[in-house]
Formats: sequence, structure tokens, C-alpha cells
Amino acid sequence: MVACASNIGNDELIKQLDKIIDPYRGNPGGLIQVLTKAQGLVGYLPKWVQVQIAEGLGVSLQEVFGVITFYAFFSLIPRGRHKIAVCAGTACYVKGSKMVLKTIRELLNIKPGQTTPDSRYTLEQVRCIGACGLAPAMIIDGIDVHGRLEPELIPAVLEQYA
Amino acid sequence: MKSLDELAKIKENRRAALKIREGVPSATEKAHIMMCGGAGCISSKCLDVVDAMKEALNKNGIADKVQIILTGCMGPCDMGPVAIVYPDATFYRRLKPKDAEAIVEDHIMKGNLVQRLMYRSPGAKEPTPSVNDIDLFAKQKKIVLRNNFYIDPTSIEDYIASGGYAALGKALTKMQPAEIIEEVKKSGLRGRGGAGFSTGMKWGYTAAASGTPKYVVCNGDEGDPGAFMDRSVLEGDPHSIIEGMAICGRAIGAEQGYVYVRAEYPLAIERLEIAIKKARENGLLGKDILGSGFNFDMEIRIGAGAFVCGEETALLTSIEGKRGEPRPRPPFPANSGVWGKPTVLNNVETWANISEIILKGSAAYAATGTEKSKGTKVFALAGRINNTGIIEVPMGTTLREIIFEIGGGIPRNKAFKAVQIGGPSGGCIPAEDLDTPVDYESLTELGAMMGSGGMIVLDETTCMVDIAKFFLDFTVDESCGKCSPCRIGTKRMYEIIDNISNGKGKEGDIELLIELSNAIKDTALCGLGQTAPNPVLSTIKYFRNEYEEHIRDKKCACNVCDFKE
Repeated sequence: MVACASNIGNDELIKQLDKIIDPYRGNPGGLIQVLTKAQGLVGYLPKWVQVQIAEGLGVSLQEVFGVITFYAFFSLIPRGRHKIAVCAGTACYVKGSKMVLKTIRELLNIKPGQTTPDSRYTLEQVRCIGACGLAPAMIIDGIDVHGRLEPELIPAVLEQYA
Repeated sequence: MKSLDELAKIKENRRAALKIREGVPSATEKAHIMMCGGAGCISSKCLDVVDAMKEALNKNGIADKVQIILTGCMGPCDMGPVAIVYPDATFYRRLKPKDAEAIVEDHIMKGNLVQRLMYRSPGAKEPTPSVNDIDLFAKQKKIVLRNNFYIDPTSIEDYIASGGYAALGKALTKMQPAEIIEEVKKSGLRGRGGAGFSTGMKWGYTAAASGTPKYVVCNGDEGDPGAFMDRSVLEGDPHSIIEGMAICGRAIGAEQGYVYVRAEYPLAIERLEIAIKKARENGLLGKDILGSGFNFDMEIRIGAGAFVCGEETALLTSIEGKRGEPRPRPPFPANSGVWGKPTVLNNVETWANISEIILKGSAAYAATGTEKSKGTKVFALAGRINNTGIIEVPMGTTLREIIFEIGGGIPRNKAFKAVQIGGPSGGCIPAEDLDTPVDYESLTELGAMMGSGGMIVLDETTCMVDIAKFFLDFTVDESCGKCSPCRIGTKRMYEIIDNISNGKGKEGDIELLIELSNAIKDTALCGLGQTAPNPVLSTIKYFRNEYEEHIRDKKCACNVCDFKE
């Protein structure tokens, strides 16, 4: 698995990551919180981040890797500036999420899990974001929900995100 | 706040200031505009409507006489953005920024309600102005969602005005722990996460268990696709969760609570954080609550995108910072939960019921519902239905009433085919069973289950083989992989159904699916695996002809499945 880059992070990032680890130092129970904040800082979870966290919390590298690969939110590879998460929950499925996904795949020329060559978008398929009243829906950057999607509306929505 | 008297004083003062929201005109204020700020309406750009309202109010010089309050989810997501204008309680829907002027200038300043923005019942000539008269709401009973039209979820004073924290006060000063548990038992409240286990009994086991410290946990990992009830509670009335959990802490002897919320709900997390902070500031969380000597505090734990973490033992393992893999039961969390200590884990909706039970008494609560299923249930209606959104009805309401009377029936006059209840753990209920009352036992008898409350309506254009495949795809993806029956079994089932839907099905496939399903149900480690076969079993039970058509005739009557040559 070629996923993790083992490049060393720059000094500033290392310092900031230490600040994230500090409240949980020596406490394995804080692993998921730390990983979430670390990913918010670095954008993904490369090997140097995993090593620093493992040492800081007192858990094995294997365990850190195991937790990262278990949870869908964590990524071992860099992602685009904007994460497009197309909801594939039941209500959205019944209302046409397959068409939404197909439209975006054709527009951006990437498959779910991939990032555009210019690092602008990462496309994911996710399970139910809880906006079923607005199906079919997608959520961008984890905050902006766009609902009642129809293929013609999608290009304009994506344009909003540089 | 150090005493019940102080709490009562705050309630009195705040309630007086909010009389306008009970329909009483105010001498100093012209109106309160309750703008639905649930996630659905926010996605429908209700904040732009709020900005336009502020502009219109400023332009007309009455900004200091009108309050705009962002509430929790009011329910009818499909009609959003929605708002209620008090004191007349006029309900407006499908609002756009350009409607702000009409509401401010015609309604608030001149008293001329804006007809074109009102709700009209199907077939009615005139719209229904007042939210108190609208049939869609009148058929519902709000216990869990009691505050969502009335309070600002970021205001602890609003919550207190509505009776909030009085139950905690009563529990701390007028009741013994054993009494609290007895009341919850007598109320008949059953777990709203889906399993329906007696909440009072669960608390009783945990109180009796040995081991300290004990913990109280809220399951906010609402992962069922199509379910967004818990989201509405967390966003709209977060204090109700805090109060319920603190009461439990008192009952079982715990001082620490955790609310596990899925990461996909950032607004819920934000509102809960604000609520916890305000509760602490007001002495309702922390040390010596209301001067009773009782300590209780809570933390939020955010999920990371794993459906299986909604399973109770997986959730507890996730709180411990590990891979969210379930554990064998026994031991049950009541005896060995988070960090091996006695833990009560309940669903968001279950928690939201507690303060009502303690404040008004178990007998009052038990007056709603059926003999074995007391209280109400919140459902999320979605799919091929006109009024998508959140509703709350007494247990025992029939599916027909829910789907056709409250839900407004099927769009474009299509025929109802089935309603899927219980998400990937549940089953489909066909037209002939529409008069089934919604309660735990009746649904289980039909091969479905109450589940968390997600109800997806399917019409004549839905292929049932495709739906079963959809759910299996989900469970295969979300299976944690720990036990073979689920890890391998669901995958093999998926492959068989995939073949059926691609025209490669063979005679004997249906029987094989049934055999595999029963084996997995009997041997999987946790609820995810044990219930994964349910959608397959129930679609075969009621729509076996569709499977047979796919296999023998290589035909999908709904033209959904892509038969490759």
C-alpha cells in the first residue's frame, strides 16, 4: 500500500501537532480526537503524523494505523481543497443519487475516492448525511449541504468552490 | 444557580418575556418570528431569508420591536424554509428572501397575513393560517419535540422558561435514586434506538452493578440512512439531553456522561457545545448542582464515519479510542461498558423523554401510546412522499395515517408500493398491511422493526430487488469485519443479489438467500450482522414475484436493473 508518504513534516506543523497532542499526552483514549484535529491541521494523516501521535499518546504505530483505516473520515493520502460528499443514503438513492454521482464523475473526470489533478476537488460517496428532506443531496467541505439536486444545477454549485 | 427557587425565578421572568410566543400580544414588541433553523431549512438557505427580514425591519424602523429567533427543526423539511410569526401563530412556508418585505410590511405592520405563503391542505380551497389549526401538525403529538416551535436552542433561559431543568431539580431534591428508576420503569419507556428494551430496567441493572465510576452515554451516532430524528433533537433542544442524562446520573450513581455524535452533524455538535457551556455556567452541570451535593458533567465525543459505531458496544469501544468493533454480550454495558465499568447507554430520543416523565409523572406519560409501547415516536419521512420531514406521533398510530394523512401521500399520483422501516436492519411493509399500528410488537411480527425511526416510502417505480441490494451494499461496506458470518456472509449474499439484478440469477438463488440469511442472523456477533439479512428476507416475503421475474424472465418490471447481455 503506497498510501502513506513518509516525508517529514515542517517544524511549524510539528509544533502545532504537539499542541494538539498535549492535552491527551500518555492517554490512548484520546486517539480519535487527536486524529480528527491532526487531520484538520495537516489535511491528511501521513506517516510522520502517525508516528508523532503514537509516541505522544503511548500507543503502537500499528494501533494508530488500524484506527485510521477503520474510520471512513480519516485519509492516508492528500485530498483536494474541497471535499464533495455525495449522499448515498436510502432517501437520496430513491430520489436519484446515482444520477448526481454520474454527473459529477463526468464533469470532473474522477471516481469516488479520487482527487482532481489540480487538487481542487475530492469526490466521495458517503452514507446518509441526514438531509433526507432535501434528497438527493451532497455536502461540500463537511458543512454546506446542497439539496434537491438535478444534473443541470450541479456545475453552478461546484463553481462556488475555488 | 444554587437552588430550585432561583430556577423558578428565572423561569417566571423568562416566561413572562416570551408570552408573545403563547399567542399573547405584547405591549412592547410587535412580533417574534420563529425561523426554522434545522439543518434542512439551513440547506434551503433560510439564513438568507433571515438577513432579508433584518433588512426589511431596519428599513421600516421596527427592528427593536421584532425578534427573529432561529429554532430547531419544526418538521416539514420539504416545505422549507418555514417560519411561525407570533402572536398570531401564522405558519409560512417555502420562504424566499424577497418574501421578507411582505411579511414585515403587510403582516407585522398592517396585520394583513400573507396568504400566498401559507400552507394549504390538499384539496382545500383556503389556506390554513394558524399553525395550531394545520391538520399536518394537529395529528401529531409532541413530547420529544415539545420545544422546537418555542425556544432558541442556544438559550438556556428559553429552555428553563419551557419548564427545563425543573425535572432535574425534582429528581435531586424530592426523589431518591430508586424512586427515579421506578418512575422510568412505570412510564413504560422503551429504547428508541430500535431495540426497544425497557429503559427503566436498563437503569436498574446498571444501578445494581458493582464497579465505579459509572458512566452515562448518549448514542447520537444516527447512522441509519434515511433517519434524521436525533439530529432534530440535538440541534433543536440540546438541553433536553443534558437534563435527561443528569437525571440518570443521579439515579445510577454516575458523575460523568459522554454524548457520542456523528461527525456528519456539525450543527448538532455546535449547539450541544453551547448548551453544555451554558449549563456549566449556570451551575446545572458540574459540582453541587442546585445545591444538592450531586456532581455531574459531560463531554462530547465525535464519531469518524463508521456506521457500526451506532451499535452500543462498538460505540463504547470507539469512546475508548479504538477501532469501533463490537464485543460479545454478555457482559452487557450495564455491567461492563466503557472502560469495563457499568454504563447506561441510551439513544438521543430516549433521553429527550426523561425530563417529561420525571416532571409530569409516569402515569401521565403512560396515558399516550399502546399497552406495550408507551409514549410517542419520532419518524423521519422520506422517499416517494409529498411531505418529507420529521413527525412525532403517539405509538399505535397506523402506517396509513402517517403516510397518507400526515405525509400527504405519494407524489405524482403514483401507487404506494411499500414502506421501508428500520433502515438496513429493517424490512418493507406492503400495501395490505398499511393499517398496522406502529408499535414495537406489531412491526416485528411483520418482519420489520421499529428501528430508529427512518421511514422510506417506495412507489410503483421502485424495484424491490434493487432496494434489497442497496441495503446489502451498505451493510457489506459498513461491516467491521470482526466476525465471519457478517464479514463473509453478507458479501456472499450481495454477490447473489447482484447476479440476480444483472440477469445472471439461477434457480435456487432465492432459497440460498433465505438459508444464508437465517444462518447469519443466528451467528453474527452484533446487531449489524444479525439484522443485515432483514431487508432481503422481507422483500422476498412480500415481493418474491419480482425476484422470480429477474431470475426466470431476466426482466425488471420497473426498468431499474440493468441487465447486461
